[in-house]
Amino acid sequence: MTSQPDTGSRILKIFPIILIFPAVALVVFLVIFPLIWALGLSFYSYNVLRGEPPIFVGVENYYRLLNSLDVWRRFVLTGQFVFYSVSIEFLLGFGLAHLFYNQFRGRRLAITLVTTPLLVAPVAVGIFHRYLFDATFGIYSYIAQLLTGQSVRILSQHPMFAIVFMDVWQWSPFMMLFILAGLEAIPKHMLESSEIDRLSPLAKFRYIVWPTIKPLVALALLFRTMDAFRTFDTIFTLTGGGPGTATEVLSIQIYRTAFQFFRTGEATALAFIFLVIILLLTNIYLRLARRE
Amino acid sequence: MANLQNNRRGRRKILRTVLIYFATIIAVIFFIFPIYWLIATSLKTRAQAFSTPPLFVWEPTVRNFIDIFLKRQTEIEAITGQELELATGAETFFYNSFIVTFSSIAIATVIGVLAAYSFSRYQPHGTNTLMFFILSTRMLPAIVVAIPIYFFYRSLGLYNTHIGLVLLYTMFNLPFAVWMMKSFFDEVPRDIEQAALVDGSNPIKVFYKIALPQVLVGLGATIGFLIINVWNEFLFALLLTERATRTVPVMIAGTRGEVGINWGLIAAIETLYILPALVLIFVLQRFLLRGMTFGTVRGAK
Repeated sequence: MTSQPDTGSRILKIFPIILIFPAVALVVFLVIFPLIWALGLSFYSYNVLRGEPPIFVGVENYYRLLNSLDVWRRFVLTGQFVFYSVSIEFLLGFGLAHLFYNQFRGRRLAITLVTTPLLVAPVAVGIFHRYLFDATFGIYSYIAQLLTGQSVRILSQHPMFAIVFMDVWQWSPFMMLFILAGLEAIPKHMLESSEIDRLSPLAKFRYIVWPTIKPLVALALLFRTMDAFRTFDTIFTLTGGGPGTATEVLSIQIYRTAFQFFRTGEATALAFIFLVIILLLTNIYLRLARRE
Repeated sequence: MANLQNNRRGRRKILRTVLIYFATIIAVIFFIFPIYWLIATSLKTRAQAFSTPPLFVWEPTVRNFIDIFLKRQTEIEAITGQELELATGAETFFYNSFIVTFSSIAIATVIGVLAAYSFSRYQPHGTNTLMFFILSTRMLPAIVVAIPIYFFYRSLGLYNTHIGLVLLYTMFNLPFAVWMMKSFFDEVPRDIEQAALVDGSNPIKVFYKIALPQVLVGLGATIGFLIINVWNEFLFALLLTERATRTVPVMIAGTRGEVGINWGLIAAIETLYILPALVLIFVLQRFLLRGMTFGTVRGAK
């Protein structure tokens, strides 16, 4: 380094910073700045439709929201959605991963086909599931009718089932990819020696398989949990939060508060409560990721 | 004796294979069926799409794909008397989606690759902090930032403009581009670049003549994922566009409230809309896990 000409070393010093600058500047301009503004607004009572200037109310928005039974009901609803979806996705993903851990002809193609839902646009998924679940023309309703012998109006009678089903359809392959990657990382010689030692399948799983796939399973669960919490597009297009508020998860409630009722101050306060939950989850995730 | 045992083992093996194929077929049907049904519906006439019980055999028609672009006149719905013009003139929306996707990806890729290279090779002060900061912006629920951005865009005149959406999408995809490209740069040994730098080569030349060619495959994969990200984005497009700049997902979502819509037309638009995803899933298969975890999990091959 010291043998280099002066200008060269100076370029080398500022060069990396010049490369990073645009990225950081954009992030600050479009994320940090709006976030601070929104945080400020969450302490005001502000309704765009009234056309009055915002009134400072301190923590009243937060106080009212956290004491509102309605908001707690949405928390529970969102929690239910996340819990059902993520646990079913985990079980299904786990089974699929073990299936595709076997080598057979057409395995690659099967994996590709099964993972297709991952890239399909959430809006297309949501709108199309409206057709699949349609009480009169929907094929899922038709199948349900064949199975139960009576006509089922899934979207109005079991809306929670519908949104969980849709989420499971789209995201189980995600779990499958993680667990499959974990399984494939198990050293072959360990599996072979477990065969020789005649380990029971349960013991084999507990002492050889599980320790290897555990970190990946943890990551997959966290990723899915965070994403399921934020789910907006699919539920918004399938049920719109309805019927009534039966599937109005937090993100949809925030959307409605802000852009249908225009109670902007309240909406931003709710958004920040939401953000804190996500940040806690992110924190756990980052800690796990760093340990990897 | 030995023969018998062999026989039994052989039979168990066959049974196992049959079970595996059976389970695989069920799994594939479960995950592919909605997409198949979508494409099938796009090839049905209005009456066929509305048949009960659902039609499994019919004479396919491509009329829907022509109608979504060419049909201009509004259709009067027989039962509700409602005017239905929504599923036509799709080219505007596809054009908007295309422009926004293309521009924002071009910018995000350039900025992201530069930053990723710097983080990977030079590791300036605070690299770790900045990298995690950049990642954490991606964890933000879109709805949280959507409220302030909506008001900013209104007051700055960026509302209902292509540039506004492009800016936003660039920013939201930067974290992905940076992390993903860093993971690819990290895999390439840096000896040659270091040697060139010691010889006094221009660092800019070292970047695009030595480093960049080695990560071209990774760059392709990154761009593939960016296409999906931007093409699929809905919430901001919904909030920040009006008819002139509306993208395809907003148009599709707009059909939600309608009664008696022609599902064949909607399915045709949706089929065209998800076509990039159906193609890219084959191209990106190798990188799927990496792409969905920002390059933090490499996956087995």
